[in-house]
Amino acid sequence: MKLKSTLENYVFILPAALIFVVFYLVPFIWIFQLGLYEWDGILPTKVFVGLGNFKEIFFEDKIWWGSMRNAGYITLIALTLQNTLAFMLAWACDRQMRLKNFYRVLFFIPPVLSEVVVGLVWQWILDGNYGLLNGWLTSLGFPNLVRSWLSDPNTALTTVAIVHCWKGFGWGFLIFLAGLQTIPRELYEAARMDGANAWSSFKNITLPLMMPVAVLVAILTILGTMQGFVMIIAMTDGGPAYHTQVPVLRILASMRGSSRFGYACAQGITFGVVLMVISFIQYKFSQKFKQA
Amino acid sequence: MRSLTYYKIKKVAVNAVIHIFLLAVAASCVFPLAWMVSSSLKTQETVFKDTSLVPRELHFENYIIAWQEGGFGRYFFNSIIYTVSVVIGIIIVASLAAYAFSRLRFPGRNALFLMFMAAMMIPIPGSFVALYVLLNKLHLRNTAIGYILCMISVGLSTSIFLLKTFFDKLPRELEDAARMDGASKFGIWWHVAMPLARPVLAVVVIFNALNVWNEYVLAMILFDSKNLMPLQRALMVFQGEFLTNYPLLMAGLTITALPIILVYLFMQKYIVKGVTAGAISG
Repeated sequence: MKLKSTLENYVFILPAALIFVVFYLVPFIWIFQLGLYEWDGILPTKVFVGLGNFKEIFFEDKIWWGSMRNAGYITLIALTLQNTLAFMLAWACDRQMRLKNFYRVLFFIPPVLSEVVVGLVWQWILDGNYGLLNGWLTSLGFPNLVRSWLSDPNTALTTVAIVHCWKGFGWGFLIFLAGLQTIPRELYEAARMDGANAWSSFKNITLPLMMPVAVLVAILTILGTMQGFVMIIAMTDGGPAYHTQVPVLRILASMRGSSRFGYACAQGITFGVVLMVISFIQYKFSQKFKQA
Repeated sequence: MRSLTYYKIKKVAVNAVIHIFLLAVAASCVFPLAWMVSSSLKTQETVFKDTSLVPRELHFENYIIAWQEGGFGRYFFNSIIYTVSVVIGIIIVASLAAYAFSRLRFPGRNALFLMFMAAMMIPIPGSFVALYVLLNKLHLRNTAIGYILCMISVGLSTSIFLLKTFFDKLPRELEDAARMDGASKFGIWWHVAMPLARPVLAVVVIFNALNVWNEYVLAMILFDSKNLMPLQRALMVFQGEFLTNYPLLMAGLTITALPIILVYLFMQKYIVKGVTAGAISG
């Protein structure tokens, strides 16, 4: 009876466990195994190369580290521009009770759209020859600013980063707004009674209480932006000349372009470790804040 | 001492500035979509010259051409099939597991749950390489079922987490009563726990539906046959083949984005709930 009951309980988790093992755990282990081989993904023969793939990544693959730097640049812009914007909007919405819902609905439209849709629409707007942005710049009297935003090496990466911010700020906005709404209004009241002005109650109440939320948004921004690449496929496909390459695009290129599955896995592991280290540092950082 | 009117005027002015700022950002969120729809109603001749937001002639036939000749009808249907199958699959598989993790006792329960949670936290950027190899071996690459199973696996951990957290907070009295009445474990799960979990099920449905509808990477890697492709993948293929047919491309984009926007507008309460719940728990 007891045994039957326990077996019955296993039936509940069996489908989930099965899917998890086959479609998550097995591929996860394979990545580490394949990373040690040179393999084209088709032939049955794999050549064991040990840490050769990693050696190549660390000492020879300049494009890979360039793509890492590009992703870092996009992430840096997202952390500053996008999150500052998100916080300012949340703060304004939190004060402004009227129309709050209206703004909230609109600000979260870019995040629910697919990256392909966002990428292709912005590519059309930013098109060098017929794009709307250049049309506006010309008619507003700035014809010298006109350029092929996404294929000019000087502007491509920054343009891509700004589109990322456009797509992503709604997330931070929603989380910041939820955080702001947990701050008891009485705190502000009390501060005002004590003669604090708007700035000092912002500095002494809002900012310290929002610090954990800010750290959370920062972690989510870093993990999300570093791994983003679909919008880039839709806008520039990594061009011009590797200027908007990001790590996951390189992994794809190793796999599909040069048919080096082992090398692609090694790149994936390297990138995964980098991401883990970043989140770990952020986590430690947030723990410190909690103690302080 | 400044007069009361000074403070009133100052307040109105500050509010006006804040509203202008908020409105400007809100407009920037909507405008690209308006431009997308506008371009989809122009012709190949006018789309490059006519920069008006509301074109003089509205060429709705672009949508018919995109739907029939562009194949977007087929891709739309595929996207619907994938989204519905994955969501139903996740709801059943995840709620069974979440219910077990919350209510039932069996050896290895905590270890298994931790494994799912670890999967939620650990980023594996190259996982699609291994999934490609796996599905090739299983002869499931370039099949609908292979893609659906992969996507169920993608959404599983987070869904289990959300559902388990909800079940944990649910009072047990109703389930105890059902047990007294002789209901089986599966009966209690299906007839008692699931109906009570409706609010969180809505969150799970919405997030997974958005996720599957918008998914691109696995669709790109797994599908070779055009007649299996979902919208996101088909858009990129279309863009590659008809490089500058912007009206048709924009019509395709509108067909892809419209369902998501409608679902979002109707269900935004649950989306806000899900984002904040996920954020606070994470």
